[in-house]
Amino acid sequence: MACPGPVARVSAALLIDFGSTYTKLRAVDLERRRIIGAGQGPSTVASDVMLGMKAALGDLERHCGGLPRFRHRLASSSAAGGLRMVTIGLVRELTAEAARQAALGAGAKLVGSFAYRLTAADLAQIAALRPDIVLLAGGTDGGNSEVVLHNAAALASGALECPIVFAGNRDAADDARRLLAAKALACTENVMPAFNVLNVEPARAAIRQVFIERIVHAKGIDRAAAEFDAVLMPTPAAVLEGARLVADGLPGIRGLGDLLVVDPGGATTDVHSVASGEPAPGAIPQGLPEPRVKRTVEGDLGMRHNAATIVAAAGLEAIARDAGLEPARAGALLAQVSADVERLPASAEETAFDQALARAAVKIAVRRHCGTTETVYTTTGSVTVQRGKDLSRIDAVIGTGGALVASPDPRAVLRMALADPAEPLALRPRAPRLLLDREYLLYACGLLQSVEPQAALELALGHLADLDHETARERARHA
Amino acid sequence: MTAGLARTIVTGVIGSDTHIVGNRILTMALEKAGYKVVALGALTPAADFVRAAVETRAEAILVSSLYGQGELDCRGFRDLCVEAGLEDILLYAGGNLVVGKRSWDETEETFLKMGFDRAAPPGTRAETVLEWLARDLSPA
Repeated sequence: MACPGPVARVSAALLIDFGSTYTKLRAVDLERRRIIGAGQGPSTVASDVMLGMKAALGDLERHCGGLPRFRHRLASSSAAGGLRMVTIGLVRELTAEAARQAALGAGAKLVGSFAYRLTAADLAQIAALRPDIVLLAGGTDGGNSEVVLHNAAALASGALECPIVFAGNRDAADDARRLLAAKALACTENVMPAFNVLNVEPARAAIRQVFIERIVHAKGIDRAAAEFDAVLMPTPAAVLEGARLVADGLPGIRGLGDLLVVDPGGATTDVHSVASGEPAPGAIPQGLPEPRVKRTVEGDLGMRHNAATIVAAAGLEAIARDAGLEPARAGALLAQVSADVERLPASAEETAFDQALARAAVKIAVRRHCGTTETVYTTTGSVTVQRGKDLSRIDAVIGTGGALVASPDPRAVLRMALADPAEPLALRPRAPRLLLDREYLLYACGLLQSVEPQAALELALGHLADLDHETARERARHA
Repeated sequence: MTAGLARTIVTGVIGSDTHIVGNRILTMALEKAGYKVVALGALTPAADFVRAAVETRAEAILVSSLYGQGELDCRGFRDLCVEAGLEDILLYAGGNLVVGKRSWDETEETFLKMGFDRAAPPGTRAETVLEWLARDLSPA
């Protein structure tokens, strides 16, 4: 991206993403709400984070013809395996699920979830998972405290050294604090204070605080501290904050309204929704209520590391048909991307295959994220029961991530998020606007909104590409 | 009785049954009497009663059924509780439990055999249920 004119005097912010593979930079002009430039270097968190950071800054400087003085330099990180978390609850469908929701919403990479009493085998498994943080929940306030205390004692006896966030029955908090005195412990509000009442924001905030205070150092990211002011959150949390800002807007600036963000990545497909998802009139909600700002991560839907499981879920025939290839040829291309996960499409066939993979990943991931309805026949007639969020009336679907930006037809990928007559029970979006985060700005706006919310919002709104109104020529140019 | 010491009771209407009014009245009476009530409402699967009771450390589950399928829906309910570690939880069933021409005594016996501690015939008043609870719940 070339940037015209002298850059030294603009009021600027630098937004950094220490990613799993690349360290990505966005320099933005805070006055004019525009991108000054972008830069990229390898992520070198495992060796010396400064090597990749310097390379990325050099790249940015080349693109901009000099670097401005930055008023803010904020970072997010998904490097060094991301924020690896284990969650523990009591009943799988209740506090254990609430704990999962809290961890996902905090931008964690969930590596294990446990329910009921931890066994010796569970403890060994948790130690082997090497989590960065353990989230311990269980019991409503005033409810069961035996199990969460049993689990606290079990964690205390183990060799696990990572910080623990306690978000269980408040009656058990004091005892848990005593039991876990030798560990790094943060206590916060219960993820489920009363039956079926979800309260994930305090746990999310506590996780983020531990991330800032301890994990950034533990991962060695703070060795680049001279180049940034703060590492604020894991990158998925930054995307979620960006999505929240764009959806809700600010006083005086309208947001886009309820929305869904979909990111088919190399290892997983992430889906974020910002919408209450309340049931349509007449529908009876069942199951755990879901958070308004909800994130799901599909570990079996990744464009490279988990391409084989996308194909397994969608069917090789279907992928091949969608790509216009013979099944045998699609199978060969699958073997190729699975063996070479850094591979970018180098032929029309490979591009078509990637497009089919992305379409299948989005279709399945959004199906899992959205709620469903079911008709139940009773003696007094039929009633509609809803599980999960009703996202049928949301206003926008935003695509983000490399697979969509590189796609020759991102609209065709995003359309897979929409309602499908073949799945009448799925509460997928019916008629949203389709937008593309072409400049990879959502994470940057999620970071920037912590200091300059208005600039962050206007920057995001000004740079999300409207795919419905894009002309064929524009599409051709971007492709 | 302070909120922290209130004893917890789970209520709900089991199965594909939408008749919520009686259950709602019972729930209100329980709350007024100082119990902490986890009201699951209509269309509640048996397993959801048990899950709620585990998480909230409830001491009793009050199952309503009004649409004639109560006996089918309640089969194995005590087993579910035992499975979840709630061997000693108090179980009541009530509503329209009598089906066809069967007598109340037969119906009551059926529910007691299924592991319910009490079965309430149609027309049972909330006061009666409160008296039962006061007698059946072990001293705190």
